[in-house]
Amino acid sequence: MYVSLDRDRCSGIGICESIAPGYFEIAEDGSLQLLRDDVEPEAITEVEEAVRSCPTLALTLQR
Amino acid sequence: MAPTSSRPRADDSPRRLVIVGASLAGLRAAESARRNGYRGEVVIVGKERHLPYDRPPLSKEFLTDGQPPVFLHSTDALAGELGLRLRLGTAAIALDPDARRLSLDDDTTLTYDRLIVATGAAARRPSGLTDLAGIVTLRTLDDAVLLRSLLVAEARVVIVGAGLIGSELASSAGQLGAHVTLIDGAPVPLVRAVGVDVGRRLSALHAQRGIELICDVQIVAIEGHTRASAVVLSDGLRLPADVVLLSIGAEPVTSWLAGSGVAVNPTDGAIVCDEMLRTSVPAVYAAGDVAEWSNRIVGGQTRQENWSNANEQGAVAGRNAVTAGSPVAYEAVSYFWSDWYGQRIQFVGTADSDDVEFHELSSGHGGFVALYHQEGRLVGAAACNGQRLIMKYRRLIRDGASNDDALATLARSAGAAWERGRVTPAKQSTGSSARPSPAGEHAGRRR
Ligand SMILES: Cc1cc2nc3c(=O)[nH]c(=O)nc-3n(C[C@H](O)[C@H](O)[C@H](O)COP(=O)(O)OP(=O)(O)OC[C@H]3O[C@@H](n4cnc5c(N)ncnc54)[C@H](O)[C@@H]3O)c2cc1C
Ligand code: SF4
Repeated sequence: MYVSLDRDRCSGIGICESIAPGYFEIAEDGSLQLLRDDVEPEAITEVEEAVRSCPTLALTLQR
Repeated sequence: MAPTSSRPRADDSPRRLVIVGASLAGLRAAESARRNGYRGEVVIVGKERHLPYDRPPLSKEFLTDGQPPVFLHSTDALAGELGLRLRLGTAAIALDPDARRLSLDDDTTLTYDRLIVATGAAARRPSGLTDLAGIVTLRTLDDAVLLRSLLVAEARVVIVGAGLIGSELASSAGQLGAHVTLIDGAPVPLVRAVGVDVGRRLSALHAQRGIELICDVQIVAIEGHTRASAVVLSDGLRLPADVVLLSIGAEPVTSWLAGSGVAVNPTDGAIVCDEMLRTSVPAVYAAGDVAEWSNRIVGGQTRQENWSNANEQGAVAGRNAVTAGSPVAYEAVSYFWSDWYGQRIQFVGTADSDDVEFHELSSGHGGFVALYHQEGRLVGAAACNGQRLIMKYRRLIRDGASNDDALATLARSAGAAWERGRVTPAKQSTGSSARPSPAGEHAGRRR
């Protein structure tokens, strides 16, 4: 499973980072960086929650 | 009791979950009930006739860029994937908790096994104001559509209340070419949200953009025959106005619960919940802007009016309403953002502190971080264009970090080159759907 980010939608609000800091981080310029895009099995719940919580629906989980 | 899977087992007794309020908290509650294995009926009753939509853009891009509203889900997803029954354009008008029955404004009733109240808040209007065309508030999509038609170039706009939404509106109206005057009743605006020091500093952004902010005045009257034509202030000043925009806060929508026995806070009408989001009445839960709850992180009753609270609290209420046995406590470090004049303002935690320390960010653009301390611990952080730091502070606050931890994070960030991890290539941004990126000029530095 991996996360993909639609940069055109993302507004850098950072909800994803607060939920799954190992996967998402807001950079100096305010844009979101994916720290890794392959989701480890033990982190799936956390990453799913981050994906769900994004206000702009910019994140998706893909198999 | 012990569930065989890692998911909490859904209680098979409730057959019908009813959610009042078809917005963020209500929808998140429904999704979470399903995620937690609940297979029964879910009915969402919503007063507005629109599909659930996102409110934050209404004071921002919806006004300035003429963008369509952002809906939280499509009708198909709501009915299909989530199996929800939506009763839009319908308001709940009374609750009988003994009969477990709601009365609706279309003269029907609806029984429930579990009920979640997510009726949010409504824009406050000062009492005793005459009702004139051109006096508006902003809470709903319909309000925003009206406002969008009024905010034309050269319109004289007086905004009453320089809080987060009032400030966003000043920025948006200014961008649309209106002549804006912002007034606030307090000597310094935003104190409840961010404290005096940060309130003062953020409020200075208005003058920097040529928008006049008049503090410490009240409105005495709004003049006009059928349309508003001027606002008269307590210091005698008379401001000609085509549009008077009232943004003096919002009140929990709970008058419809009068006589139901659901306990509300006597000062603001918020529904009083315990840490599991249960109200004083069996089988009734509440979440979102309408609810106050016992937040262990803060150590007392709190109510939050922001997107991430409705998002997270709704999910916990939905889970707790349908799962038997082990309700979870909702604990949250507050987080909100606000966008004015292309600046991203963010706040985490609480402004209730004994010391606030400012740090200027070297990235320029007047960016800063303010750290709020209480007895040697970090309890809050505000940032202007400090997106990179704010969520780190949210975690530090949740973990009860010390002031030294907070400073170490700042120092690490200031020195760090931005090279960690794998970065997917940025698509060429069209700029149309993205929010203004305050430090967008720096994009070239990223790698
Ligand atoms: C203009 C604006 C800008 C904002 N910007 C930001 C921002 O930048 N960042 C941020 O963090 N937060 C922001 N917020 C706050 C955020 O939008 C709210 O915290 C969030 O919408 C709360 O969600 P909720 O579901 O609890 O309540 P609401 O979104 O208020 O929804 C409650 C729903 O219940 C319905 N309802 C009420 N009474 C009844 C009844 N009796 N029967 C049936 N239905 C009923 C209402 O019509 C409404 O649709 C903003 C809010 C506004 C208005
Ligand atoms: S939560 Fe969504 S919008 Fe916010 S930074 Fe993450 S991906 Fe971007």
